[in-house]
Amino acid sequence: MPSKPAAPPVVVLRGVTKRFASGLEALGGVDLAVARGEFLSLLGPSGCGKSTLLRIVAGLSEPTSGSCVLNLGGKDGDATPTGRIGFVFQDPTLMPWSTVLGNAELPLRIKGHVGSAERDRAAAALRAVGLAGFERSYPHQLSGGMRMRVSIARALVTDPELLLLDEPFAALDEITRMALNDDLLRLWEAHRPTILFVTHSVFESVYLSTRIAVMAPRPGRIVADLPVGLAQSRDRAVRTSPAYVAMCETVSGALAVAMAPPPIPPPQAGEG
Amino acid sequence: MQRAHRILAPIAIGVLFLAAWEGFVRLRGIAPYILPTPSAVALSLWVDGPSLIGSLLVTLRITLAALAAAAFFGGAIALLFSRSRILELSLFPYAVILQVTPIVAIAPLIIIWVREPFLALLFCAWIVAFFPIVSNTTVGLNSADRNLLALFRLYGASRGQVLLYLRLPTALPYFLAGLRISGGLALIGAVVAEFVAGTGGAETGLAFRILEAGYRLAIPRMFAALFLLSLTGIVIYLVLDLLSRRLLRHWHESALQEEEE
Repeated sequence: MPSKPAAPPVVVLRGVTKRFASGLEALGGVDLAVARGEFLSLLGPSGCGKSTLLRIVAGLSEPTSGSCVLNLGGKDGDATPTGRIGFVFQDPTLMPWSTVLGNAELPLRIKGHVGSAERDRAAAALRAVGLAGFERSYPHQLSGGMRMRVSIARALVTDPELLLLDEPFAALDEITRMALNDDLLRLWEAHRPTILFVTHSVFESVYLSTRIAVMAPRPGRIVADLPVGLAQSRDRAVRTSPAYVAMCETVSGALAVAMAPPPIPPPQAGEG
Repeated sequence: MQRAHRILAPIAIGVLFLAAWEGFVRLRGIAPYILPTPSAVALSLWVDGPSLIGSLLVTLRITLAALAAAAFFGGAIALLFSRSRILELSLFPYAVILQVTPIVAIAPLIIIWVREPFLALLFCAWIVAFFPIVSNTTVGLNSADRNLLALFRLYGASRGQVLLYLRLPTALPYFLAGLRISGGLALIGAVVAEFVAGTGGAETGLAFRILEAGYRLAIPRMFAALFLLSLTGIVIYLVLDLLSRRLLRHWHESALQEEEE
């Protein structure tokens, strides 16, 4: 994977730990640098602190120790990089009382101006996720996959430099999931935001990312950092290529090591 | 067909019930001051109707004013509670105390303290009606989706924006559910206060007409007034129910089912 030495990493995490009030040690010292334009998957079993890490990057949660520095464009020293980060939750997290368009333009509305230009931007974001014609619909009228598309459109509407996705497709069926994987790849290729993608699917992470950070639980930490040597531009044919299969095996192996039984063995640890 | 059943079945039951009532009273020869026949009540409704309607309007005015005040102040108090946890913790118990105190017991005091009869009655009805709105709306304002709250934070939303775009819409169904309960309670409060107040001022409400009819053993008129009162309660409920459905029809589960049937 070609890397541009000039650009500083968009996300730099140094020794990030997170201990909750309950005493649970969610993260035990995470170091990670995410280069501009990279598609990085955080892969690991449930409870390994992937989501916590993502929330720290988003500024929604403070690390107990360590630092998280974001190098986003715009004004230097801007404490709240409003609109430069897009976030997609595991649930679509839409406002049910608002139309699809109203949901997509929410970030612009919060910024304070919703004229026809902003409306057009929201409509364009909806078009980009294949929801043209649904602007006036309400979330309850849409399928789960379409709701997730609205959620992605909302995250894209500010044209963010950094896109954070927290297991966005985990609750969807396989067919919808594959379609959304392709759409996400297409959007990434078109706009090249830096993407941090949390998932517990090996195949998804290999298919989508340029790099995979494998995490292990108790406490959450990164145990393997694997570049994905597949072609940058991918389509479904990749899924059957030997390189893809080999990469899946490599990642599965790393995950198995991450999941190796700790000194005091629990009955079994959940896979995937 | 289903729809017709839903309307016809209760009507059939009502007609059967009234016929049985009529027959029972006539066969047993029960005196009208013990239990009047439905036909006697209907006749009274026809004869005394215009004057009863006048009294009904007096009661209705108090009820609607109390409901409006309950909606406004109930909503405002809930808003205050949602802004300050300390305020909620320190004041909510007193709202509960006000709610559980029987209005019959404090109505005489209020009527003595508040000289203006209309205001006194309004205040009594308000005390009965405001609690469901406060309680429901407070829950609603605190029920905003956690992830949506996080999203608002991510985009640097102000407290006002969070309130306007997120908390208020979330609270609307809760508020409306409270309003529907309060509608009936406002009527009950107004009637109870009128019972305690007696004639009060120059205008006499429906509750006093019931008392008066009782004293004069004009039992059919008493039943007629009672009938008007329940009818009013039902109409208030239906209007508020319609309002709720209108406002929520696009998105809330409670209103959606109807639309999709």
